[in-house]
Amino acid sequence: MKSTKRFFARLFSFATAKAQDQRLSEEIEEHIALQTDENLRAGLSPDEARRQAILKFGGREAIKEQYRSERGLLFFENLARDLRLAVRMLRKSPGFTAVAVVTLAMAIGANAVVFGVLNALILNPLHVPQADSLYGIQHGNEASSYQSYPDYLDLRDRNRSFDDIAGYDAAQVGLDDSGDPSRAWIFLATGNYFDVLRLQPFLGRFFHASDEHGPNSAPYIVLSYSYWHTHYQDDRGVVGRVVQVNKYPYTILGVAPPGFNGTLVFFNPAFFVPLVNQEQVEGVNDLNSRGKRFIFMTMGHLKPGVTKAQAVSDLNSIGSYLEKTYPKDDDQRTFTLARPSLYGDYLGKPMRAFMTGLMFLSALILLAACANLGSLFGARAADRSREVALRLALGASRARILRQLFTEALLISLMGGALGLWGGFVLMGGLSAWQPFSRWPAQLAVNPDANVYGMALFLTLASGFLFGAFPVRQVLRTNPYEIIKASSRGIVSGRVTIRDLALVVQIAICALLVTSSIVAVRGLLHSLHSDLGFDPRNATIADTDLSMAGYSGARVPQMQKRMIDAVAAIPGVESVGLIDLAPLVSGGTIDSAVFRDATADLRPSNAAATSFQYVISPEYFHAARTALLAGRTFTWQDDANAPRVAVINLEFARKVFGSAANALGGYFKKPDDTRLQVVGIVENGKYSRLTEDTQPAMFLPFLQSPSTQTYLAVRSDRDPAQLAAAIRAKMRNLDSGLPVYVGPWNKELATTLFGSRMAAITLGVMGAIGAMLSITGIFGMAAYSVSKRLRELGIRMALGAQRKEVLQAALGRALKLLGIGSAVGLLLGILASRVLSAIVFQATPRDPVVLAGVVAAMLLLGLVATWIPARRALAIDPAILMRED
Amino acid sequence: MKQKSDVPQGTLALMVLKTLDVLGSLHGYGIARRIEQISGDLLAVNQGTLYPVLLKLEQEGMIASEWGASENNRRARFYRLTKDGRKQLQVETQDWQQTAAIIERFFAAKAEDLS
Repeated sequence: MKSTKRFFARLFSFATAKAQDQRLSEEIEEHIALQTDENLRAGLSPDEARRQAILKFGGREAIKEQYRSERGLLFFENLARDLRLAVRMLRKSPGFTAVAVVTLAMAIGANAVVFGVLNALILNPLHVPQADSLYGIQHGNEASSYQSYPDYLDLRDRNRSFDDIAGYDAAQVGLDDSGDPSRAWIFLATGNYFDVLRLQPFLGRFFHASDEHGPNSAPYIVLSYSYWHTHYQDDRGVVGRVVQVNKYPYTILGVAPPGFNGTLVFFNPAFFVPLVNQEQVEGVNDLNSRGKRFIFMTMGHLKPGVTKAQAVSDLNSIGSYLEKTYPKDDDQRTFTLARPSLYGDYLGKPMRAFMTGLMFLSALILLAACANLGSLFGARAADRSREVALRLALGASRARILRQLFTEALLISLMGGALGLWGGFVLMGGLSAWQPFSRWPAQLAVNPDANVYGMALFLTLASGFLFGAFPVRQVLRTNPYEIIKASSRGIVSGRVTIRDLALVVQIAICALLVTSSIVAVRGLLHSLHSDLGFDPRNATIADTDLSMAGYSGARVPQMQKRMIDAVAAIPGVESVGLIDLAPLVSGGTIDSAVFRDATADLRPSNAAATSFQYVISPEYFHAARTALLAGRTFTWQDDANAPRVAVINLEFARKVFGSAANALGGYFKKPDDTRLQVVGIVENGKYSRLTEDTQPAMFLPFLQSPSTQTYLAVRSDRDPAQLAAAIRAKMRNLDSGLPVYVGPWNKELATTLFGSRMAAITLGVMGAIGAMLSITGIFGMAAYSVSKRLRELGIRMALGAQRKEVLQAALGRALKLLGIGSAVGLLLGILASRVLSAIVFQATPRDPVVLAGVVAAMLLLGLVATWIPARRALAIDPAILMRED
Repeated sequence: MKQKSDVPQGTLALMVLKTLDVLGSLHGYGIARRIEQISGDLLAVNQGTLYPVLLKLEQEGMIASEWGASENNRRARFYRLTKDGRKQLQVETQDWQQTAAIIERFFAAKAEDLS
């Protein structure tokens, strides 16, 4: 009680320190006056009376100091005093302050953003309760998770490890709620989806397992919060409304909670529809086909007490049951568990590796910034050694002086941290709003939470202490008498110091980043000009899905034929080809096992190869500029009544037939036992990813294997925007209820190039930051060494040294460090490129352009950094300099 | 000449409280003089040391102060005991007397008393 009362009294008097000082002075004056009067009465002379009074009172300043320490919070008072001095010192050298603050702001901002993304992507991605026990079920032999509906039911009902298992598939539908059809990406989710995720609706209700009564029995919609917000403007009245999905009536049941955007990070579905309605949504009913693995992913919470290993062995025993029971459809049913948010390990592994690498790099940048500022700080402390010595001589404790230096360091780091965090916020806001793909609902909400703030604050304080610690040894070793006696100009020793090492490390990191970013950019340019097996330039893609407008059966190819004819009639269109999924555009691919003609037992393990499968119109190869190497392409006569035929690529021919010569005219089989004759062979290409190995691919005539998915490849020299408008008009004429997407083909490649592009951009940004850091580091060192050696250089010049020799003396050390650092960084960069080649197509440092680029960049950097110190060294006038001291 | 002794920590505060209890409102100089007089000049006090003690007591709420006019009609700060201070004084007086009594008994004790 007493002490708290006293604390508040102290706090109060801390605030009113001035008035209190005044009061004490007055009291002391009065006290001494009264004592003087007394002494006068006792018969002393006036002077003596006052002298005795003062003596009796005791050391006035000591009393005042004691009084102050009783009165207020000495710590805070000293802090305030240190802060005032620090502000004054920093204001005296605005250049130093600006460089330090901006350097730190960049480093801390970069860390905050990278950590924010890491947090949103990996640490805290899904915004569902108890995400710790939520696992996705992926295949044991590869990082994928798709299941067929019957297999899903078996896994769900036979396992003893999960509370329950849910599944979903992503699909695109045509949504019509006011006569204006639009396309929307949705999740087809099992009825128990929301219950498995333990979510509560924001509005209305969710659908549940009890709503499912067989195919197409649950025409319900649950909206995602953000879609409800943007599309329905937070209208609470939408619950219960009936809208048209692919021309079928669906009832909106409710709205999912804010922050929940499905269970796949950066794929934000507009709404959720029960999976049993697959036929209405995707145009096919695969609910009873064990071989059709259309469920994108399954997941569930582990029961309390069940370990991952137990769950995996439980699932594997179900897997071996499935293998035995359904040998035709199920083989190699083994499983592993992974986080569902990034599609298990498929994206999760590379993303985790990439983000960890990025975090590591940004931490290195911060470390470099600290080393840099530390050496600048050390240099400043050395310049202030006379001041420090003077203060020591006057009785200041070393702790007090260090405290002053740390206050300065922390002030700078706090300013830098605040600025960096602000910049980070702006960037994260931009990232959250950014939709990199026009045709995918890909968006990543990077909302800084307590984790990010905490991290930024921690880094700020840690870096402040780190670079503030550089001059500590210097101050502790200061001998006031020596320094005041001698001149302040120290001798630059030839020894390798920590400062040198710090600078080399920093330059090496910078060179590493510069190397990596040049490698990434080169790889990106390569991939734009590599042989894709088609030519995306001067070609436009128009795509739609006929199931969205209710087409099925024989009406599908009829409609597609009319679409092709309509677009071909547009003036300036050279050719139009149809394909069910455009390579490198649609994201998804269809692949199928293929068997040699001689194979009778068509179980998956007997397959000769797994091949991409495309369905095309006769004109497609011409429109896509895919070279036909042998045989013929399809004709309009290859229809449902003609013998089944296929065109294959070289790789297919090599794998299944041994050679192209054997392949032409040969037969192969698909898992449904259809026998196809090879009528043509085309060049290899890229189908799913740019970085993929050469893959087999087969092309089937669309009249024999119809698909509602429709991509029109339109070859034309016309302006893409005009062409797009013309295509849209034609489509509207054919069917006004058909949502069509039109865009230039090479722009549509953005999805596949996304990884490389992101890698190039992030590395480029980090490289730029690293370069700036190195410049400030080299500059600081060179400038310091020149100013320390002014006298020596002056004497040399007076003795007739040449400009070259002077420069060598002044800057030789900094340049030598630059050389060593660059070499080390380049070597590290070459090693790091192995990691990079997983993301960026053809990323290789064994490329003269890369090597030359790095050397040029580092030279330029050295030139910029040493320009001013060199000018200063050359401008030395020995006469003036000698006169000075 | 008798050796003057230092004032133990805390004792000065007790003296201040007792002085104010007996004499009522008093300024700093007055308190210093009274303590000097009562202790019979045995205590070597730099009068100045009184002020930090006064501040501490005031912050603890034992005493209160206000400006008033001194004997020679100048502005002076007058201190008086608060209710809390009076209570505290009673407690500390008791404690002190108890301690003194115990110490006295130890001094009075002879070897045969302890056997």
